Amino acid sequence: MGYILGISAYYHDSAACLLKDAEIIAAAQEERFSRIKNDESFPTEAIKFCLKFANISLAEVDHVVFYEKPFLKFERLLETYVHFAPRGLKSFLKAMPIWLKDKLFIKKNIAKALHCIDPNWEKSRTILFTDHHHAHAASAFYPSPFDEAVVLTIDGVGEWATTTVSIGNMAQLTLKKEINFPNSLGLLYSAFTYYLGFEVNSDEYKVMGLASYGTPVYKQLIYDHLIDVKADGSFLLNMDYFDYCTGLKMTHKKFDKLFGHPARAKGDELLPFHKDMASSIQKVTEEIMIKLTQSLYREFAIDNLCIAGGVALNCIINSAIRQHSGFKQIWVQPAAGDAGGALGAAYSVYYTHLSGLRNVDLQTDAMKQSLLGPSYTQKEVIAALHVYNLNYEKVAHDVYYRKIAAYLADGKVIAYFKGRTEFGPRALGSRSILADPRNAEMKAILNAKIKFRESFRPFAPAILAEFADLYFSKGSKNRYMLFTENYLGNADKVPDTVSIPGAVHVDGTARVQAVNKSHHPDFHQLITAFYNLTGCPAVINTSLNVMNEPMASGPEDAIRCFLNTEIDILAIEGLLIDKKRLAFEELSLPGYYQ
Amino acid sequence: MDTLIEFFHFLTQRKKYWLWPLFIILLLLGIVLVAAHGSVLAPFIYSLF
Repeated sequence: MGYILGISAYYHDSAACLLKDAEIIAAAQEERFSRIKNDESFPTEAIKFCLKFANISLAEVDHVVFYEKPFLKFERLLETYVHFAPRGLKSFLKAMPIWLKDKLFIKKNIAKALHCIDPNWEKSRTILFTDHHHAHAASAFYPSPFDEAVVLTIDGVGEWATTTVSIGNMAQLTLKKEINFPNSLGLLYSAFTYYLGFEVNSDEYKVMGLASYGTPVYKQLIYDHLIDVKADGSFLLNMDYFDYCTGLKMTHKKFDKLFGHPARAKGDELLPFHKDMASSIQKVTEEIMIKLTQSLYREFAIDNLCIAGGVALNCIINSAIRQHSGFKQIWVQPAAGDAGGALGAAYSVYYTHLSGLRNVDLQTDAMKQSLLGPSYTQKEVIAALHVYNLNYEKVAHDVYYRKIAAYLADGKVIAYFKGRTEFGPRALGSRSILADPRNAEMKAILNAKIKFRESFRPFAPAILAEFADLYFSKGSKNRYMLFTENYLGNADKVPDTVSIPGAVHVDGTARVQAVNKSHHPDFHQLITAFYNLTGCPAVINTSLNVMNEPMASGPEDAIRCFLNTEIDILAIEGLLIDKKRLAFEELSLPGYYQ
Repeated sequence: MDTLIEFFHFLTQRKKYWLWPLFIILLLLGIVLVAAHGSVLAPFIYSLF
């Protein structure tokens, strides 16, 4: 049936994905190329990469699909304004020109952009559109290792839907029910994100991290005033407290009055109140998701659950669902946000539009460890190092990982760059900053000197899969850092000599990545070398970037991150660069320590 | 123009006839607004897009 190009764009975190029949050939987010975090612009560079990787031209792509339906979204917009009129005039006056000038014409804009990429691509060719939540559902079910599953999608909002439930059975994906805008668990969480002074649709994970420092003292207030939760986990929001339907902000002044504080301004001190608020909304969201999934398990009596949508990136909630819902197996799409919509839209074309047959590998998923982005040869890396005039040490493969392990054991922080980049928000050992988790101080060092980010933010361990269950409850099940697990480091079976306090959050949990030899051989080899040297089978693994910057993609991104932070070593495609050995002239390059 | 006609067909298919007059008014207003603004920048409104 040929090639299918899926595109997500114009809203948040644009991306492209190329399928050849049911096989994922390549996928990438535009932000990795443009270097603009959560870049929403048309993913020109991501598309070019996908085509280059497959060695085809755009004209050879058989189907192009966009991940949502703009007309349906515009319909929602119009109806919302009518419903709330005369409120929302200001918002209306700001939004309409954008829609009438640009967003309503997305099909034409896509055709034009594709024609720019390849003039042989005719503008008159058909572009397909799929529902936003159908794209999420397809991204959750089709690459999963399940032949049958309940599929839950949950995010801020797509066209109308904010939550959907579908049943996946082989190639069939059937919508069963949905909750529509403005009732949205994702927007409720985002409203608190806004109230706590973080960026909406970007910093929700910070609220999740902050939640562990507080207590959910406002939980009942939220239930009493903001949300009405039914027995089956469905919900209605009290819109008196929110402003996102018609205003230019997420919360209404009644919201401030209810909690007795104004919204925190960005950069203001985080008070115990803010921590308690984060804890409260985290707890409420968790309880609703448990209720919802328990009800789905009872209703459909299917053992497998697939999840996607932005809320699925809340790994604490995922773990709570796994523990309490009743489902025996849960699979979460690693690119659960809108970028994954490009993948889901492409899958949807193959299975729904083209009636493709589905062969399921029940042992493993079809995501290829989510390493779907570009890779770079050593020659290309050397060329980039020459641009920055950096000396490097070329190391034989068998010695390479032993040297990196020795650096780690010596307390050094490593920028590690190997193979294809990750698709989705998590660094999984291809574009990672690595450090020794045995050192409890490492969290503070990394936050302050390397990531330049808030001190409350945790770091995650990447652990050899064969040791994962020894260190963490159900640790070995986590390939994509999508669940948090309880750290068993205080148990008798884990000697103190190899405990990993640097990778455990303040609440005694960690967002574990279990590294399997067959799925991720290079990264497994690296951690094995560290284990052989120290007896510790884990390393701290965090994304190779600094705060508010997208994860590194190409060698120059990694080099800049290395030079602009206090990272000690750059380990990049078999080459080692030790900052201490760099000559003074090299350290004086523009951009260093700026 | 094709897109606008397509949108009218879309509303018809969805049986949202009552949105027709609203859309026409919006369209006229939109033309004025676009002409007045020259260029448009996306404001921070989460749900609109």
